[in-house]
Amino acid sequence: MSLAEPAALPVATSAAPRLDVLKRLTTRFKASLPAYLLLLPSLVFLALFTYGAMGRVFVDALYQRATPKAPLHFVGLDNISAVLADSAFTGAVVNNLIYAVGTAIPSIGLALLFALALSRTNAVSSALRAALFLPVLIPMVAASALFMFIFLPNVGLLDYYIGRLLPVLPNWLGDPDIALYAIMIITIWKNAGYYMLFFLAGLQAVPEDVMEAAHLDGAGPYMRLRHIILPELKPTFLFVTVIAILNAVTQVDHVFVMTQGGPSNSTNLVLFYIYQQAVEHYDVGKASAATLLTLAALMGLTALSFRTMATREGGP
Amino acid sequence: MKLIDRLYKDAPLATRGEITPKLGFLLTVLLAIVWLIPFLWMGVATLRPASDGINTMAELMPSVKPTLDNIRDAWEIGDFPRYTLNTTIICAGILLVQFVTITLAGFAFARLAFAGKTLIFYLFLMQLMLVPVLLIVPNLSLVAQLGLYDTLTGVMMPFFASAFGTFLMRQAFEAIPTELEDAALIDGASLLQRIRHIYVPLSMPSFSAFAIISVTSHWNDFLWPLMVINSPDKRPLTVGLSVFTKTAEGTQAWGTIAAGTLMVIAPLLVTFLIFQKRFISSFVTSGIK
Repeated sequence: MSLAEPAALPVATSAAPRLDVLKRLTTRFKASLPAYLLLLPSLVFLALFTYGAMGRVFVDALYQRATPKAPLHFVGLDNISAVLADSAFTGAVVNNLIYAVGTAIPSIGLALLFALALSRTNAVSSALRAALFLPVLIPMVAASALFMFIFLPNVGLLDYYIGRLLPVLPNWLGDPDIALYAIMIITIWKNAGYYMLFFLAGLQAVPEDVMEAAHLDGAGPYMRLRHIILPELKPTFLFVTVIAILNAVTQVDHVFVMTQGGPSNSTNLVLFYIYQQAVEHYDVGKASAATLLTLAALMGLTALSFRTMATREGGP
Repeated sequence: MKLIDRLYKDAPLATRGEITPKLGFLLTVLLAIVWLIPFLWMGVATLRPASDGINTMAELMPSVKPTLDNIRDAWEIGDFPRYTLNTTIICAGILLVQFVTITLAGFAFARLAFAGKTLIFYLFLMQLMLVPVLLIVPNLSLVAQLGLYDTLTGVMMPFFASAFGTFLMRQAFEAIPTELEDAALIDGASLLQRIRHIYVPLSMPSFSAFAIISVTSHWNDFLWPLMVINSPDKRPLTVGLSVFTKTAEGTQAWGTIAAGTLMVIAPLLVTFLIFQKRFISSFVTSGIK
């Protein structure tokens, strides 16, 4: 408050505050209008296919039809409790958890190994990087077509070369105890090269002089990895783990092509369950309830990284 | 060992004698070979004549009498030219609309001040976190209500807005000096003219990075087109390949399956091998698509 300020100011502003606010809002809106027009095309599609879709999941999860042609009626939380009581769903959740852990840990571990081994740039290492990255590019469906032969009993690639070493030839995709692990191998093969890129980028941030200082102090390769490189890569680990878990839920095309969730539901994953409910059983209510539960779980996960992502994208 | 020593010749002197990094490197070389085996098998099996019999199908040594029969069979049995066309239309259509939406929205975030910017920023960010493939059920019913079931437009529509692209363009636009725009402003250029003639031409590297991510991910999309498309002649490559594989698997025609798979992934592989550096740097920026 400066002393030169005249004391009459409060009288002037108290005249018509409502009108004033309205006026300020319209001028702000007018000033913002060009930006709104530029954002409009994006917002229309986001409203339809992202926010609107979420809204519809909520609503659809509350309704049910007695038969596919019968009218909709409100059932409240019945769909959700029906899904939770469905052993196929809980089985799919358990499978998906095993699948998530069993694909995330090996592929992240391999990605770290690849990145550490190939962090120097030369012709050999970039050729190796390209080789490890190739599976990332191809459709999951194409990978499934190749692995269908690899896992083929007796004549397939795996049995032809490695099967001779085993006492009994396993039926990779036909044995309920093995099929889920066979499916995981494909995912690891396909994703390790992708996660490697993030570790390669993360390794660039490890300060060279700190590494040099560590050599001089007599730190061996393991000590340097444990005390310098890994702490420096912590944000990369978090980021890659979130992506790996999201992939474990969403990237399941090979289940559709190779096993259809079988044998005896051993490779049934959540997204396949949702698809089955919606497309094969025409049960939109149950499919929506399962979607809702999955969304809630994933949003809980991504909420943890929300702040990091907001800053990554430059903040509002 | 001599060969590996040469790879480490620019490492700090003190660490050049260390054995662990070299073992890690050797392990990585072995794994890279294992990683390539499915591709190797695909190539060998494509060229192997059916007369070699099913028992040698897994042999990774190329056949002594290579043939193109498998490629011809796959081309004839599967409707691959049609599938390729559909996938191309889908990818190109999505990309073209995305270019418009992300340029406009990216510009608004980069250069304009507006009421509710924080709120709208978070609305966009939310799309980045919600994985679109999970919303297949509600989106399918919307596409059906819009009368777009079993159309390529229906396959494209959910991807027309892209938060990832918007943020990528925002970053590119923010790096462009405002003096350039001011000069155009003095010359009387309108907002859209300034975007079109100053911002877009200077942001080509970001556009190409985005194009790489967008095209690869939609080239590979399977579940969504599987749900939207019903007629065989509207199938994209991925759905076509899965149907083709199902049919050929019944007759144990593994050579034909390998040939079909090769045809589906060849365009991406060739483009990748040519523009390797660009692909890798684009994928690093992608994170969550």
